[in-house]
Amino acid sequence: MSITAPTTPPTRHRVVESQPVTARSAIASEWVKFRTLRSSASMLAGASIGMVAIGMIVGWNTRRIGPSLDPEDIVPSAVLQGYYLGQLLIGALGVLFVSGEYSTGMIRSTMAAVPQRIPVLIAKFVVFVTVTSITIIPCCMIAFVAGQGIISRTRSGFSLGDPGVLRLVLGTGIYLVCIGVIGAACGWLVRNTPGALVTYFAIILVLPGIFGNVLGNWGKDIAQYFPSEAGRSFVSSLRLPYTLSTWTGFTILIAWVVTGLAASAFSLHQRDI
Amino acid sequence: MTKRYGDKVAVDDLSFTVEPGVVTGFLGPNGAGKSTTMRLILGLDAPTAGTITVNGRPFAEHTHPLREVGALLEARGVHPGRSARNHLLALAATAGIGAARVDEVIDMVGLSDVACKRVGAFSLGMGQRLGIASALLADPDVLLLDEPVNGLDPDGVRWIRNLLRGFADEGRTVFLSSHLMSEMALTADHVIVIGRGRLLRNQSMAEFIASAGATVVRVRSPEAGRLADILRPRATLIDRVAEGVLAVGGLSSDDIGIAAARAHITLFELAPQSGSLEGAYMVLTEQAVDFHTHTTSDRAHQ
Repeated sequence: MSITAPTTPPTRHRVVESQPVTARSAIASEWVKFRTLRSSASMLAGASIGMVAIGMIVGWNTRRIGPSLDPEDIVPSAVLQGYYLGQLLIGALGVLFVSGEYSTGMIRSTMAAVPQRIPVLIAKFVVFVTVTSITIIPCCMIAFVAGQGIISRTRSGFSLGDPGVLRLVLGTGIYLVCIGVIGAACGWLVRNTPGALVTYFAIILVLPGIFGNVLGNWGKDIAQYFPSEAGRSFVSSLRLPYTLSTWTGFTILIAWVVTGLAASAFSLHQRDI
Repeated sequence: MTKRYGDKVAVDDLSFTVEPGVVTGFLGPNGAGKSTTMRLILGLDAPTAGTITVNGRPFAEHTHPLREVGALLEARGVHPGRSARNHLLALAATAGIGAARVDEVIDMVGLSDVACKRVGAFSLGMGQRLGIASALLADPDVLLLDEPVNGLDPDGVRWIRNLLRGFADEGRTVFLSSHLMSEMALTADHVIVIGRGRLLRNQSMAEFIASAGATVVRVRSPEAGRLADILRPRATLIDRVAEGVLAVGGLSSDDIGIAAARAHITLFELAPQSGSLEGAYMVLTEQAVDFHTHTTSDRAHQ
C-alpha cells in the first residue's frame, strides 16, 4: 500500500521552513514538553525542597549526640536522608515523563513527528538527566552544608573537605538521577502510568524489602543487588552487613540504568505504539 | 499488507495507492480497519505482512516527517495538562519550526482565544481543531485525517471541506476517513471502501455511486412484507426502511414492478434512487459489516 505525493515538486511555494529531525531537535521538543507540564516542576521542586529541609531537620535533631540517636543519624550521610523522599519523587517524575505520553495518547503525535522513535528516547534521557542533575546535585550540596552548619554550632560535624564526603554528597545526587532514569525505563516498558509506578516502587522498595527481610540470608544476598540497595553502598556512610562495596554498588546501579535503557530502546523499536 | 492483533485480523491483504491532486475518502463500517490502516501508514504499528510507503519510502525513513505527512488520528493525541500552544510548540520543535508558524496555525483553526488554556478543558470540536492545527504545522504534502469533522460545528465542517479542496487543487494528497456520508460525498473525489480489513472498492466517487446507486429502488406497498419474501431470492439487499417501505438492491424497478403485479401486490411507490453515496455504501457494506446494529439486522424478516 502506498501514498503518492507529487514526484515533481508542486508549483506551490513552501511557506514553512522546516529542518530534518535530529537528536538536537528531538531534545528541543522534549525540553518544551518537560517545562510545560506543571507536574514536572512541582515534583522536581518537592524533591529539591524536601532534600534541603530534611537535611536541616536532621541537623537540628542531631545537634547533640544522645542515646536516642541511631548510628545512621551521626554519620556524615545523616543529613542526606532526604534522599528517601527524593527517590520517590524523582522516580515518579521519571515514570510520568514517559508513561504520561502513553496514557494520554500524546505518544502517537510524538512518534508521528519523530517516526524513527529512538531519538525520542535519547532526547527524553538527555533532558531528564540534565534537568535533574542541575537541580538535585546542588540541592544535595546545600542539604549537606546547611545540615552540618546547624550541627557545627553545638558539636563538631563534617565538612565537604573531609575524606570521602564530597564523593558521598555527589553520589547521593547521582543516585537520585539514576533512579529517575530507572523510573523512566519502567515508563517505556510498562507504558501505563499506574502499572509503571507499581513496577518502579516494587523494584525500589518492595522487592528489596521482601528479599532482605523475609527470605533469610540468601534473600539478603540478592537484595543487595537491587538499585536502591546498591545505591546505599555509596549514599550512606554506614556500613551495614550485606552491603556491596562502594564502587561495586555504583557499578551495579549503572548496570541497572544501562539495562533499563537498552530494554526500553528494544521495546520502543519492536512494539507497536 | 496485513495486520493481525493476536487472532484478530484487522487488515487483511489490503493494497491500494492514494494519488495526489484528489481528495480520497476512506470508508468502512466500525471495526473495518480504517484506523489501523492509518496507524500502519504512519508506522505507529508495524504490518504483520506487506509494506507501506509514503511517497516511495516507509514513513520512518523520511527526514522531514511532519512536512511529509500531516496527520490527525481518531483518538486524541494530546497531553491534557499542556496548553494548545505548548503542545504545538513541542511538535514544531522536532522540525525546527518556530513560534510564528505555531501562532499562524492556531489562528487558521480558530483557537487563538484558547491557545493558552489547558487542552484538558477543550470540547471535542476544539480538540479536533487542535489536531488539524498539528497536521497543518509543517505545510505537509500529504494530509492524513481520521474523522476530521467529528465534533466540528457547521462552520468548521465547511472550513475543513474548503481546506481539503484547496490542498488537493495544489496537487497535494488528501486521505480522510469519515462516517458522515453526506460530508464525504461533498468533499471526496475518490473513494476507497474497506470491510473486515479487505478492500471492497477503489474507484472515483462518480463511478462508485453509479455502480450501486441505480440498483437501489424504494418501494412502498401495503404488503411490503409479502413483497420482500417474493423478492428476497433475487435481491442483493432488502432493507425495511420504514413501515411499508423497502429499499431493494440488485433489482431494477421494472423487475420489482413485474414481480409485484404477478403476485397481485399493490404498489404505492416504486422509485429508483438517484445515486447517493450513502445508498451505494449501504449496499456494498451490507455483507461486510462487522457490528450489525439491531435495526439493520432486523430488516424484513417478518
